Amino acid sequence: MKYIDEYRGKELILSIAAELRKVSTKEIALMEVCGGHTMSIHRFGLKGLLPPTIHLLSGPGCPVCVSGQHFIDTALAYSKMPGMIITTYGDLIRVPGSNTSLEKEKANGRDIRIVYSTLDALEIARQNPDKKVVFLGIGFETTAPATAAAIVEAKKAKIANFFVLSAHKVMPPVMQALVEEGVKIDGFIAPGHVTAITGTAIYDMLPNQYGLGVAVAGFEPADLMQAILMLVRQIESGVPKVEIQYQRVVNIQGNLIAQKLLEQVFELKDESWRGLGMIPKSGLKINAEYSSFDAEVQIPVEIPASSEPKGCICGLILRGMKTPKDCKLFGKACTPSDPVGACMVSGEGTCATYYKYRE
Amino acid sequence: MTKREEKILLSHGNGGRMMHDLIENLFLRHFENKLLSEQSDSAILPVNTEEIAFTTDSFVIDPIFFPGGNIGKLAVCGTVNDLAVSGAEPLYLSVSFIIEEGFPMNELELIVQSLAEEAKKAGVSIVTGDTKVVNKGKCDKIFINTAGIGRIKTENNLAAKTKNTKPGDVIIINGPIGDHGMAVMNARESFNFKTQVLSDCACLNGLIKEILEQTTSVTFMRDPTRGGVATVLNELASKISKGIEIEESALPVNKGVQAMCELLGFDPLYIANEGKVVIVASEEESELILKIMRKNELGKEASVIGKIVAEHSGRVVLKSVTGGKRIIDSLTGDQLPRIC
Repeated sequence: MKYIDEYRGKELILSIAAELRKVSTKEIALMEVCGGHTMSIHRFGLKGLLPPTIHLLSGPGCPVCVSGQHFIDTALAYSKMPGMIITTYGDLIRVPGSNTSLEKEKANGRDIRIVYSTLDALEIARQNPDKKVVFLGIGFETTAPATAAAIVEAKKAKIANFFVLSAHKVMPPVMQALVEEGVKIDGFIAPGHVTAITGTAIYDMLPNQYGLGVAVAGFEPADLMQAILMLVRQIESGVPKVEIQYQRVVNIQGNLIAQKLLEQVFELKDESWRGLGMIPKSGLKINAEYSSFDAEVQIPVEIPASSEPKGCICGLILRGMKTPKDCKLFGKACTPSDPVGACMVSGEGTCATYYKYRE
Repeated sequence: MTKREEKILLSHGNGGRMMHDLIENLFLRHFENKLLSEQSDSAILPVNTEEIAFTTDSFVIDPIFFPGGNIGKLAVCGTVNDLAVSGAEPLYLSVSFIIEEGFPMNELELIVQSLAEEAKKAGVSIVTGDTKVVNKGKCDKIFINTAGIGRIKTENNLAAKTKNTKPGDVIIINGPIGDHGMAVMNARESFNFKTQVLSDCACLNGLIKEILEQTTSVTFMRDPTRGGVATVLNELASKISKGIEIEESALPVNKGVQAMCELLGFDPLYIANEGKVVIVASEEESELILKIMRKNELGKEASVIGKIVAEHSGRVVLKSVTGGKRIIDSLTGDQLPRIC
């Protein structure tokens, strides 16, 4: 299939691997920030093709994993209120909250519906004027514009029973926070679809302030191998910069319409990330102009403080400081069918990926 | 017959006159055969054999009409295939309907027609049945249960042969995977994909009969329905305590299905099929089996997708196109789409 086969060709991938073996001399650690990249690296067994000098770390790029329990507990509390319809992407349905999950509450008769588009959620609101319809907004700059678009449309169409619980986040502050915290990283494999929206300027501080390389990568095996080669060349030559590997989708300026939508509807707020703590200006909050669609403002609930599950090291894994193999629960008490931590729940979580593609 | 109603009413299930009319004028008319015409409480079946195979399955698919079939066709194929993959020759089916009050009569007729057509094609008779009508909202449109009986020759009893599966045996499938699941998903979720994906829903007993008649080494057959090929292979690996290795590049997947899977984040190995059979046989006979399959309309794109190995007992390992290896687990939960 076009756009797939040519990026999965064995010869091409092996030739990049051969080139990597030739040029890589320094021991380096590269972080793939995006859960989609983690998936591809494991799915296609890319680690086995790299020379021993190159280490890959998985970063905090799975939105389900980094959203704290407070978010899912709030969604669960909403689902139990009368007259509510919860709409969500499928990824959240099995995430364990403090006591229960959306999947379990659905079985208890709560009205919880999986949607594939924010506009489907809006349509449900239109068709159920006597109900409150809450959409669980999750994801980085890739999914946030779609949420913004639905909110703008709701305002235009005067749909007053549509609300968004936003756990949307932005990428650059967390990348910076990891570097500031001292996680040993020599370069970033930057998320292709986030960058398709944002453009590349958001990464300029990484080479400029920290001397780190950045390669914006696609999701097929040849994409990732080429991005790794770009980073190795940057590091070997001592000239870190922001490069775009994923040129068929990403350009320097990004998607201006989507950027405008984000600006129109959201404002930055300090956000608590699971495992990483509070990161300034890393969350997206619905701004005052659109606050009538903000579930947190319009439908207040008290959520008791929650604690991380005992023994779970998701936090360290999300920071690239440990791998799932270091976790005592991994593959034993914590599996995809019975997950303890969030990294095991989401299909793109680091633990779920390690489990699925374990040797 | 009293005036034909346009919709199913509760009285169509009350055992009285209207139910009688429904049976006479719809079910009997389409399913017409001597055993059913007796209309006794049970059909008395002439089964001349050492052993019989017996199975049952319920069908609650949504939507009830989907590209490539409908719940009626599916209700025949599902049960016929369950018998056929056990090595049996399907003979008789029962059909039970649970219908929601208000269900359109013309849709019921279309479903009954499909049941009859598919049964005829598969060479099985519908010999007994039941009809219940429930209050509106108490079931979703229509549910169907079919049970089936088949004759089985001792030498074809695959359940007893599976333990003889040995390393080196090959795994064969009769065509591209994932069509049914994606066709239903596309119809249900109204994604508006321009690509037309058709369900592969079909009775496989003809194809399977040809294979069993002409070969001797088949030790395992299974129709990879819910949970897909991955789940079937995992069940097999743990049953025989041997490893299974499959080649990603050998897996037949239609373009439309692959595109939908890429977009939605699904893996075709886990998507349901309704007209596919996974067969394990000796390597020596694999060419013959492929030849038999490819001559049949339902096996044109048959291929060898992997083999049984002595290593990694109980596990299914996939060799990726890039030469990497990964474990293919059974399906946990439902397959979920990606969000970023």
